[in-house]
Amino acid sequence: MTVTELQGFLHGLPGVDQVGAEERAARLASRSIKTSAKAEAIDLAISMVDLTTLEGADTAGKVRALCAKAAHPDPSDPSVPKVAAVCVYPDMVEVAVRSLEGTGIGVASVATAFPSGRAPLEAKLADTRAAVAAGASEIDMVIDRGAFLSGDYGTVFEQIVAVKDACGDAHLKVILETGELVTYDNVRRASWLAMRAGADFIKTSTGKVSPAATLPVTLVMLEAVRDYRAATGRQVGVKPAGGIRTTKDAIKYLVLVNETAGPDWLTPHWFRLGASSVLNDLLMQRRKLSTGVYSGPDYFTLD
Amino acid sequence: MSERMTDRLAVRKTYKLYIGGAFPRSESGRSYPVTDTKDRFLANASHASRKDVRDAVTAARKAFGGWSGRTAYNRAQILYRIAEMLEGRRDQFITELRHTGASKTQAATEVDAAIDRWVWYAGWADKITTVTGAANPVSGPYFNFSTPEPTGVVAVVAPDSPLLGLVSVIAPAIVTGNTTIVIASEPAPLPAITLAEVLATSDLPGGVINILTGHRTELAPWLASHMDVNAIDLTGVAHEDRRDLEETAAGNLKRVHHPATTDWADDPGTARMTAFLETKTVWHPVGV
Repeated sequence: MTVTELQGFLHGLPGVDQVGAEERAARLASRSIKTSAKAEAIDLAISMVDLTTLEGADTAGKVRALCAKAAHPDPSDPSVPKVAAVCVYPDMVEVAVRSLEGTGIGVASVATAFPSGRAPLEAKLADTRAAVAAGASEIDMVIDRGAFLSGDYGTVFEQIVAVKDACGDAHLKVILETGELVTYDNVRRASWLAMRAGADFIKTSTGKVSPAATLPVTLVMLEAVRDYRAATGRQVGVKPAGGIRTTKDAIKYLVLVNETAGPDWLTPHWFRLGASSVLNDLLMQRRKLSTGVYSGPDYFTLD
Repeated sequence: MSERMTDRLAVRKTYKLYIGGAFPRSESGRSYPVTDTKDRFLANASHASRKDVRDAVTAARKAFGGWSGRTAYNRAQILYRIAEMLEGRRDQFITELRHTGASKTQAATEVDAAIDRWVWYAGWADKITTVTGAANPVSGPYFNFSTPEPTGVVAVVAPDSPLLGLVSVIAPAIVTGNTTIVIASEPAPLPAITLAEVLATSDLPGGVINILTGHRTELAPWLASHMDVNAIDLTGVAHEDRRDLEETAAGNLKRVHHPATTDWADDPGTARMTAFLETKTVWHPVGV
């Protein structure tokens, strides 16, 4: 496929009805999920969490603590499911892999000069290879937003292809950083661009830019993966990340997935929540449901 | 002109809840009618639900760090400011108290007493540490101090004395740095919400005092069982209901306060302040 064809295809995608998308997301967010349905939703949401720590101040000790929490989110209650993956910087992958040995929890690593993506391609590929070599089973790459916004789709496409190649067997999640793409039309184009370049997952944001994940943006991306599967037969996952803090937020996303892409996506294999603080809120709500009294943050780990 | 004025529609105040410095309606959308002593309709008060309790506890917890971290001097200033603002609304409170059955003189006396009580407690902010704390003599090369620290989030079931009683239970809880969730008097909740309007304009950070109106028997058990509430004051709870609430409050070892007698005109003493203080003792090596 030539660059001209790609550009023609992306600009030929139908525009997103902004008011309609926001209205639909708001309407789905008003669904009331209670009692047994809520209990199921909470467990599903916990099993979809990519427990994340992406700070300059991360230490091996902090990553080990996070891994312990990933395997046993609530040590006092063995019926709580484990999370889907732990997401760290490449240099912490080794620590995470060792801590999670035998738990079946994946290690995701951000790579390609996260979060800005402003580095030479060689550096990005080296970053990726290092993370994979250290044992990461999933790579979260960022796209070159500068190139995308200036219309240089070819560069963005080639970089994703190159990183996908460097990933080997590891799953590739492509971060669109929707907060910097400005319009829903751009989000739709970037989603298709990433999927056509071979992404296994498309992810909303790095969590370092505001706004991070929003419901309407996720709606647009879920429509894209649904349409892509209808067109090609290949299923691509979605991961909203950043700004998901409460159980209510998490459940809103689950409703959105079910109503937009369909129940096929309602598994940790095809849908993830990139977050850290939401896990404690999910655990607190879970305990409220099981004990009947409101719980407090004092009874769960800080992370 | 005068004819037009009499045609004017009454502009009635909507009495809402006070949570986190804002005035939301109850999450449940419910309200209940409040009447005066002659059964004439006064207003609809919000009928709070357990979710409003939950929101209020979250707001109180969020406000705790900032409020307890302020200097005692600053807390005193803010409490004094509340008294100043109350003074400015003296007439409004007198009118509201008269609806609850007080005579004009009784109402005026109660409002004055309530304002004086804020001022009295305001003065305690920077003195309570010296009165209840100590430098302890120990046989070793250490300085040894005991200092009182706030208990945390305090739930208060306010008594039916609509202003003086309310002020007398809130002020001692917050002056030492606690944050509170208050269930206002069930038959006379309106002065509590008017007090919230005073609080909202008195430099008091949002969430330090949260006021709910509604049914005590419905709301108090949720506060008593809440794991993120550190103490509960059962002053406004009927004697026969106290035992159950105490048992529930034991779930996370809450401090429970229930005074034997309550004559709000009496000298309050320091008992209500010390009820919600924890003593921390520090050993500090000498000469290091």
